Amino acid sequence: MQPTLHADTHAQASHHEEPGFWQKYIFSTDHKVIGIQYGITGLMFLFLGLCLMSVMRWQMANPGTGVPLVGPLLYHLLGESAVSKTGVISPDLYNAFGAMHGTIMVFLAIVPLAFGAFGNFVTPLQIGAPDMTFPRVNMVSYQFYFMGGILMLASFFIPGGAAKSGWTSYSPLATIADMNLRPNGQTFWIIGMVCLINSSLLGAVNFITTIIQLRAKGLSWMRLPFFCWAQFVTAFLLLLAFPPLEAAAVLQLMDNLLRTSFFLPTGLVVSGKLLHISGGGSPLLWQHLFWFLAHPEVYVLILPGMGIVTEVIANNTRKPIWGYRSMVYSILAIGFLSFIVWAHHMYLTGMGVRIATFFQTTTMVISIPSVVILTALFISLWGGSIRINTPMLFALGFLPMFGIGGLTGLPLGFNASDIHLHDTYYVIAHFHYIVAPGTIFALFAGIYYWYPKATGRMLSEYWGKVHFALSFVFMNLVFMPMFIQGMAGMSRRMYDGGATYASNGDVVGLSPYIIGLNTSVSHAVWALGLAQIPFIINFFWSLNWGKKVTSDNPWEATTLEWQTPTPPPHGNFDKEIEVVRGPYEYSVPGKSRDFTPQNEPDQPEPIPHGNPVRS
Amino acid sequence: MFFGSFLLLLPATWYVYHGITPTNMPPDASGQGAGVDQLIFYVHILMGLLFVGWIGYFFYVVMRFHKSNNPKADYVGVKSHASTYLEGIVAAFEAVLLIGFAIPVWSGAVDKFPSEKDSTVIKVIAQQFTWNGWYPGPHGKFCTNDEKFITGDNPFGLDKKDPSFKENFFVNKDLVVPVDKPVIAFISSMDVIHCFACKPMRVTQDAIPGMVFPAHFTPKKLGIYWINCAQLCGMGHYTMRGSIKVVTQPEYDKWVAEKSKAAAGGGGGGFE
Repeated sequence: MQPTLHADTHAQASHHEEPGFWQKYIFSTDHKVIGIQYGITGLMFLFLGLCLMSVMRWQMANPGTGVPLVGPLLYHLLGESAVSKTGVISPDLYNAFGAMHGTIMVFLAIVPLAFGAFGNFVTPLQIGAPDMTFPRVNMVSYQFYFMGGILMLASFFIPGGAAKSGWTSYSPLATIADMNLRPNGQTFWIIGMVCLINSSLLGAVNFITTIIQLRAKGLSWMRLPFFCWAQFVTAFLLLLAFPPLEAAAVLQLMDNLLRTSFFLPTGLVVSGKLLHISGGGSPLLWQHLFWFLAHPEVYVLILPGMGIVTEVIANNTRKPIWGYRSMVYSILAIGFLSFIVWAHHMYLTGMGVRIATFFQTTTMVISIPSVVILTALFISLWGGSIRINTPMLFALGFLPMFGIGGLTGLPLGFNASDIHLHDTYYVIAHFHYIVAPGTIFALFAGIYYWYPKATGRMLSEYWGKVHFALSFVFMNLVFMPMFIQGMAGMSRRMYDGGATYASNGDVVGLSPYIIGLNTSVSHAVWALGLAQIPFIINFFWSLNWGKKVTSDNPWEATTLEWQTPTPPPHGNFDKEIEVVRGPYEYSVPGKSRDFTPQNEPDQPEPIPHGNPVRS
Repeated sequence: MFFGSFLLLLPATWYVYHGITPTNMPPDASGQGAGVDQLIFYVHILMGLLFVGWIGYFFYVVMRFHKSNNPKADYVGVKSHASTYLEGIVAAFEAVLLIGFAIPVWSGAVDKFPSEKDSTVIKVIAQQFTWNGWYPGPHGKFCTNDEKFITGDNPFGLDKKDPSFKENFFVNKDLVVPVDKPVIAFISSMDVIHCFACKPMRVTQDAIPGMVFPAHFTPKKLGIYWINCAQLCGMGHYTMRGSIKVVTQPEYDKWVAEKSKAAAGGGGGGFE
């Protein structure tokens, strides 16, 4: 497609001087270093998100009692208004932790890991490119993300604490909460979000141009690994969906700081007093703008995960992915449809029959391509010679978990059944099944799979399997009971875990069994946290002491990222890459090996000098 | 019969993990709850079928095609088009649920309102962190209200010159309605977005400031049912519990008369 450009950049890259420490690790323009920066930062935020929830879970299981160990620490960090001396967190802090758990997990952990880390590290390697099209833009993208993260973290320590109006920040609550403190946590949240949005937009532009412009010679669209397709569609979602939220965020910032009324209607009475604002705005406008981003965002969370799982499954079944083409068409269809389903988050905002019918129809339609992709992955297992290693365990775990998450979206997608399930724990369980044992398992699969390429050493298989088994069990123990709680009508975001709505005398409410599940869920959350210790130790220990890879292609994979030296140097490839076949040519009849790399010439030639592929 | 019980067994499998079924829902105490419950039940049948199918296939395949059982992978894999038909069936099932259940139930919930004449009409005004039930009194006329009348002791801005003013009365958190007669509740909010949800009545409607949305339900069973706020509304969100007490018509009439009288005696617009 661009042989001359490729040759030029390649020549430059190979003559590139080794940069110093700051240039190499902190202000790097190398997509691999940026990917790793995203990865490490994202993993830390992922853990922080879990920690916030662990504290909230104590409060839900034991309302009004002090959080052991962490409570006194929080008291010293956040002050008496947030945490009592005995370590009991206040309702405001509970809400703040809830809002920040959502924000951190979505915008600071999963998207940066799935898109920023894997997208950056793997995509240019998989398409045979020396780097991203705009390496400096890529660096700025990470810096914006880092700034956004710092702002979000700092907001915990300002007067009033962090944003506390949910990760959805619905107006007018987001404007009214802490309205006598300016700036407040919500201000920090909005400015932090603007940084994160800019980061994603810069990343998206870069991914799109890179995948369009920098594919190696011969890498036609239908030879593109599914992972790259997933990143490509994800980049478009970010590019098109985030600007409306950025605009909305600026409007809400003006509502909060300058007393405009974009999202505030006339006649608001707060604490018995008429609010002195011009009024005339619409709280529903915020919801539309927010969900116009946030529904495509859901697919931003899941599509890269599907891409990773596809790579790992192809590699470990030792056969081509079944229905590759229909998967590509499906992911494009998902990308398009994800822009016209957003109002299914708003069924109960007074929606009439026509609009509700439109949105629930599109919601049902989008389930079809999702089923196609999942079915193709299931069918791909048929006829394989399945190797069970840690990446494969996580990828296999992803399939039924994503299945549960996807299926439980159906009763929420029909607005009539949503009448009962709206805002209950059923919703929480549904989207966590997609993102936690779904996407996060896919991310772990990717970490175990590409770690040897990035570091030259393998992660421990034994501890990897321990990590998988424990995570799998506890993920299900955390989220499965929530379906039951939700079906029983337990609402989310309750400081006392729903105890207010317990059965009382003649009033039939939540049964002790349903409320008691809070305790078992909380235990499972903490156990899930502990189950990550093997991973954390494995991750750092293996950097120096892991088993060294004996080949540049330790998994015997077909895609281009395994055709580089290990770890890939600045500029990536030390030879000219020309792709001659599709991405998943495993177990090709008549070949001596069960994998045929994408760039291996059709006529077997004598292996040229310096070819890193060893059979 | 046999086929029917077979279908019933499958969604039960879905919940085998904790040994309970989708009927774990709160008791249905309203006229239109059955439609909601049926849809939830049928959609879980579809989910159960798909999940059990997937998971059964999954375990079979992972064992049968494990490298130790199948050392050489097959380049082609599955040749049949069964999955295409399967996807077609899923789409058809979804279409039936959508057209046969979801759309009619929704239309019943938001479009087909009973006439106000035959219903108990109330207004519910949400506020941080309580529910204000506004009853018109024996003659069924709501007093006019406007922003300009809002003061500390007149939070809803009632026009005190309106003749209905003396009959109207307010209750705090605990609503009372008569049984077997449709209730139309006009739901709004004074400050932030709340959500009026009464699970046993299968009614949920966001309360959005600056807007008024009607919701309706027909209580079928005497008793008291919680109202919960189903939208994060601030610090006291979790305490925002109200209740609906369903009583017989004579009891209701008596209650309305007493309340209305007390309101008039107490200077009108009595605020409990």
